[in-house]
Amino acid sequence: MSRSIATPASSPPVRSWARWIALPVLLAVWALLAHGLATPLLPTPVDVGQAAWREAASGELVHHLGVTLRRVAISFVLAMALGTALGVFMGRHSTANAMLDPLLVFFLNLPALVTIILLYVWFGLVETAAVLAVVINKVPNVTVTLREGARSLDGRLEQMANVYGFTFSQRARHIWLPQLFPYLMAATRGGLALIWKIVLVVELLGRSDGIGFKLHMAFQVFDVATILAYSLVFIAVVQLVEIVLLQPLERRASAWRHTGGAHA
Amino acid sequence: MLELRIERLAYDRTVVEGIGASVAPGDHICLLGPSGIGKTTLLNAIAGLVPWLPAGAVIGRDRIRLAYLFQEHRLLPWRTVRQNIRLVGASDETVDRLLADVGLADHAESLPDQLSLGMARRAALARCLAIEPDLLLMDEPFASLDADRAGELRELIRALLASRPDRAMICVTHDPADAAALANRLWYLDGAPATLRWDERINGVDEVGILLDRLRGVVLA
Repeated sequence: MSRSIATPASSPPVRSWARWIALPVLLAVWALLAHGLATPLLPTPVDVGQAAWREAASGELVHHLGVTLRRVAISFVLAMALGTALGVFMGRHSTANAMLDPLLVFFLNLPALVTIILLYVWFGLVETAAVLAVVINKVPNVTVTLREGARSLDGRLEQMANVYGFTFSQRARHIWLPQLFPYLMAATRGGLALIWKIVLVVELLGRSDGIGFKLHMAFQVFDVATILAYSLVFIAVVQLVEIVLLQPLERRASAWRHTGGAHA
Repeated sequence: MLELRIERLAYDRTVVEGIGASVAPGDHICLLGPSGIGKTTLLNAIAGLVPWLPAGAVIGRDRIRLAYLFQEHRLLPWRTVRQNIRLVGASDETVDRLLADVGLADHAESLPDQLSLGMARRAALARCLAIEPDLLLMDEPFASLDADRAGELRELIRALLASRPDRAMICVTHDPADAAALANRLWYLDGAPATLRWDERINGVDEVGILLDRLRGVVLA
């Protein structure tokens, strides 16, 4: 959530090899440690690779990954839709904001674990409770970010739109969305990172499929290789979403900023 | 058909009182007065941008088409000049014609921030004209332009007004020279609360000169 939502300032070019140092070093340290300690509690990278291959070959990996991704996607869409609507509403109406802000603070500080436990207790160990728990945890963050965005909307453009009689959909598409876009991206980024972590906890506590469930099973038999295999595959998928979906979207929508301005 | 009547306007803080004036087709009004007196507020009131204004303060606004050249260009910075003008309902052909009229034929696909201040203001002017307004409001259209650019824009606006004699215009300015060039009627706003001290029709250049002398007296006083 700490990502900058401001326009990226022009910074000196970064050397292209600089990004490719940290992870190989981590891998090397891990391999050395694992071989030196020679304990099943710290498997070697090769062990983890084999575990991943085994899970993939049996179809387990794809199945559980798919289930988890579906939960992430559903919770994400619901949380973004609700949080955006609420955030924009609170950002535009100060009375509504004053009324709802204490609730927002309450839910922001409610531990994710409490929500999950309570919903499982009240609704049973069902899919709805699982998704709802994730949504309830995420909506306040989206709301806060989008409220900030709604407050920063340029009133001068609203006046212009009033004079020229813009329709609601024209305003939404041409005036509000471009201004809210950086905030939506910030909420999306922070949102995905938070949601997939909560989804794993939800699965661990009360579902019988998904990566959280698999981690739970592996934990009970101290199968560290499987735990790491699932974790690494999941990190890779999240990064893939970032590179394939989010970054191109952001580049396209902020292209107008980088065309160079004669004046500010 | 333009028939705009401004009744008494009174707001909480920026007070403009005793405006009882009508704007008719062909009126080219320059609105002068000391800075901070409420000239922009009056313009905003006419444009319907003052939410706390009592109902009925401005009569006839809903029957006319109104365009507003704000002090800043207020083009959407993430849309090209063409897209900005199309958004108010102009066809591609109209956009090309208007941009040629204001001397920006080559800049249809530029983004507003790629234009200079004067060019951006002319693009905004093209957007104003795109809706074929009965009444064109302009807030300090020559502010922050160097003398040459201001002169060019003044000539452009004069030509555009001449080509549509039934169109009305209200232009906020602090420069009596603008009034001499553009106006056939002068409003002078002064006092606290501000009132319309003068509402004078100008016929011919001589009268402009006399009025300007009076104005200079007032402005410099």
